[in-house]
Parts: sequence; structure tokens; C-alpha cells
Amino acid sequence: MNASRLDVRKTYKLYIGGNFVRSESGRSLAAKSADGKFLDNFGHASRKDLRDAVAAARPAAEGWAKKSAYLRGQILYRAAEMLNDRSWSMTEEIARCTDTDAAVAREEVDLAIDTLVYYAGWTDKYTQVFGAVNPVATSHFNFTTPEPTGVVAMLAPDEPSLVPLVAMAAAAVVSGNSVVVIASEKFPLPALTFGEILATSDLPGGVISILAGKRAELLSHIAGHMDINAIVNGAGSPELQGGTAINLKRYAERRFSAEEWLGGAGSDPYCILDTIEFKTAWHPIGL
Amino acid sequence: MNHAFSAVPTVDQVTIEERAASFTKRSIKTSAKLAGLKTVVSMMDLTTLEGKDTPGRIAYLCRKALQPIERQYETPSCAAVCVYPNMVRYARRFLGEDSGVHVASVATGFPSGQYPLRTKLEETRRAVGDGADEIDMVIDRGAFLAGDYRKVFDEIAAIREACGAAHLKVILETGELVTYDNVRLASQIAMEAGGDFIKTSTGKVQPAATIPVTLVMLEAIRDYFFAKGVRIGMKPAGGIRTAKQSLAYLVMVKETLGDDWLTPDLFRIGASTLLNDVLMQIVKIADGHYQNADYFSLS
Repeated sequence: MNASRLDVRKTYKLYIGGNFVRSESGRSLAAKSADGKFLDNFGHASRKDLRDAVAAARPAAEGWAKKSAYLRGQILYRAAEMLNDRSWSMTEEIARCTDTDAAVAREEVDLAIDTLVYYAGWTDKYTQVFGAVNPVATSHFNFTTPEPTGVVAMLAPDEPSLVPLVAMAAAAVVSGNSVVVIASEKFPLPALTFGEILATSDLPGGVISILAGKRAELLSHIAGHMDINAIVNGAGSPELQGGTAINLKRYAERRFSAEEWLGGAGSDPYCILDTIEFKTAWHPIGL
Repeated sequence: MNHAFSAVPTVDQVTIEERAASFTKRSIKTSAKLAGLKTVVSMMDLTTLEGKDTPGRIAYLCRKALQPIERQYETPSCAAVCVYPNMVRYARRFLGEDSGVHVASVATGFPSGQYPLRTKLEETRRAVGDGADEIDMVIDRGAFLAGDYRKVFDEIAAIREACGAAHLKVILETGELVTYDNVRLASQIAMEAGGDFIKTSTGKVQPAATIPVTLVMLEAIRDYFFAKGVRIGMKPAGGIRTAKQSLAYLVMVKETLGDDWLTPDLFRIGASTLLNDVLMQIVKIADGHYQNADYFSLS
């Protein structure tokens, strides 16, 4: 290689509504490795980026929920295929961010791929597991069926950098929700790279948006935003729940340790329950 | 050519579009934004022009125009409701005589204008008789594009007469006029023939109101004011859907015509979906958090 050749440095962009954008605010942050080494710059999401992501997520949720369960599963499976194809670059990304061996990072990438395949399988099964035909005293059939809640905001934990984000987002989109996820504050680059994988996965733009930056700046806006229907907090930020008291939005926490996440704790059908709501219908018998 | 109206200058497309783009880049925040948004509400012609309009829907629209949102947000009424001629009587009944919200009716074979003058005049008189105090007429674009400016002028003048005391807004349907030069000429014809307002579009043709085309018309109004000392109003309509766009229009009016025109008597925005976006922004500023469309009544 020519010694005088310049490096091509990448500035990581946010993934909002199917587009890669620099922050609306124009701000950026420097990503550092676990040892404090400078890696690359990335977009620093502002409250308006959150607003834009929610504005894109709302119509996306409507279209996504209307797609057949089978098709949602196919698309999630394709996301797994895309991640599998890029597993080595993702491995390298995680390894250089966390300053770990490639072998360790590779295990996390494999788990992320398996998690996507796992939830791809749940799209056409969760309604059977969580839905019910209820016994009632009148001559009616009485059904309870789960439905997506709508737009879900999520906070990924700092570590691990990839698997929790993938597992949390997948568990919500299974049922037809759309998701705005705030990436790990400590190691945001794997999440932003995952956005590049989603962009080639047939997942409609806006179904999963990925923001990065300072979590604390966004908390009050996530809690207060009236067009966010549910929050899944995987980062343990305690002030978030208090903020939802005024609008009574759905709130759930994922309190897994890093070891639990890497042990596959995120692959659990009960995680789907956090972002669905139940509808019960009565139908007269004999009509 | 036997023109009853003055010659008009040509429009420099590049300059107009550059200048128009500059209006969208202003940063208007907090108290100025709130004042601007409330002004936009007060200038709005809340519009429904559908074949499926019913008296019930008109009642609903009137209610929304009278009080767009809960009183705690201190937001003014809209300027007018804009409906089809058959719906004028219902709008008048629901609004009463002294609510301050005007009843505007489209007329003259809206939206095409391809009807005989006789029926256009009859339609106008009926709408005024039913209680419309503003008439939004369409010009005969076919005649205009064929170069028969005389016919366009005479029709506007005849409708002006049929309006009596009602205000006349002349819809140029700029999306069909092709060039800025045509828009400028049509504006001049409409003003000299007696229009109180000039209006961009019916909302049935794309493109509808755009910032450059509105700027061309505002400049025509400015030059007409310098020449004749008469203030003509402006109404962009169709395609203005977001609060941010509507603020850009206010900036443009202020910087082209000055504060005198920043009143519902001389500037209107014709819209249906815009109102809820403006209300969402007003509530955002008042309450401090982003809103959800489900919390606003349909419009």
C-alpha cells in the first residue's frame, strides 16, 4: 500500500426513519474504546432528533402492524441474514470498541444473529401463546388477543453494546410496534453499525430508529412525549419512570446484568409482553 | 392587443427562487414562535371542499373555527370557513351573524371554471344571498392560456359586481399557469378587475401554493400598492401543512409588504390539515412536551 495514502475516517450517523442523518443539532461526540483510545466521531442526538424519529415511527408502526405476521418474521430473518453476512466487520467493531479479543466479540455477534432468528420465529406464534379463549357464562365466544402498543422508546444498557439493543428492539417489532432506541452511551458504534444492517434488511424505514448521544439529555423528552406509547428501560435510568406519571404511558424495565444478556436472557417470549396490549372481543354463538 | 390592464414586468426565476428559499431558513423560537402561530390561526380559512361534505361536517368545521382548542391556550378563532356554495347556508346558520368568523364560498364553477358566465354569476349571487361574505372565484385558465386576457378580466369584473358587498378573492390556480410571468400577469388582471384578494390555488391541482409563486404575487401586490395606493390581500392555499411552513409565509409577507399586511383583513392561509399541526406546536410550547395527534379533534 502507498504509505502516503490518507485514512478514510468514518463519521457514524444516526439512523432515523430509514435515513442516515447527522444530528439535527449539528453536534458530534468522539467514541472512545474501553481503554480510552479515540475511535471515530458520531452524531450526538438532540431532542429534535428524538422528535423526528418519533414522527417517522408513528406512520411506520401503522404500516408495520398491518403486515402479516409471516412477513414480519421473514423480514426479521433477513435482518439476521444481513448481520450474519457482516458478522466479521461487526466482530471487529465490538472488539475495537470494548478492547476485547475477537473471539469474545464474535460470540456476542453470533448471539445477536441467533436472537434475531429467535424473534423472527415468534411473529406468528406469540398471539397463540398469549391470546386466549375465555370461559364466559353467556352464549358468547370470548377472545383475548394481543396487539402492538404503537411507538416504543427504548434505552439500551451501556454493556454489552450490541445484544441488548438487538434483543429489546426485536422483541418489540415482533408484534408490530415501531421502536426508537437510544444506543449504549459508552459504546455506541456497534449500534450505529447495526443501523446499516437494518437498512439492507427490508425492514421498512422508521420501524427501528437508532439514536446515540447523551441519555440524560433525552430522558425528560422521552418521558413527556405524548406520541410515545411505551418505554422499555434497559439502562436503569431511574428518573424515567417518574416522568411517565403525568401521561400514564406503558413502562417496563429490563434489569439484566451483562453476563445475563450474554447468556441469552434477552431471548424470552415474555419480553414481547412488555409492548403489547390485550383486546377482548365478545362474539355471539350461533350467528 | 386591447388590454384593460397595465403591462407587467417579467419575473426573474432565479432571484425569486433564491429569495423564496431564504424565508425558510429563519430561526423563530419561543415567544416569537407562539405569537406567530396564534397569528397564523387567526388568518386561517378553515376549508372543506369535498363532494362528501354534509351539514353535520360543516357544523363541525364551524365549531372548530370558532374555538380551535381549549380556552386555556388563548388561541384566537380562525378568520373564516371556506365551503362549497350549497353548504353556505349551513355555515351561516352555525356561525350566526356576529361571531367574527366569516363564511367564504368558492364559486364560478370551482375548481375548473369551465362554465358559462351566466351560471357563474347566478352561483355567485346565490352564495351571497345564502350568507357568504367572501367569494373565492376561479379564473378561466383556459381563456388565460389561450391569450384571451380580456375575457378573464371581464369575467372577474362581472363577478365583482355580482358579489355586492361581499369580498372577492380571485383564485389564479398557479399550478396551471406554468410560468412566473403568467402568475404575475394574472395577478395584475385580477387586481385591476376588482379582486380584493388574490389567491394561489384551488387545492385540487398540484403544485398548489408554493413560496416562490406566493412571492411573485406579493410583489405584484406591492407594486400595485405603489402605483394605485390600494391594498390588495393575499391568500396562499393548498399544500401548506406544517406550522414551520406557515411561519415562513408570515416572514415573507412581513419582508415583502410590511406589518400592514399581517392582519386577517389582508392575509389569509387556506388550509385544512395545517390547523392541527399549528395547534400541536402551540400546545408543545405551552405544556413543554411533544404532542400526539390523537389529542386533537379532526379537521
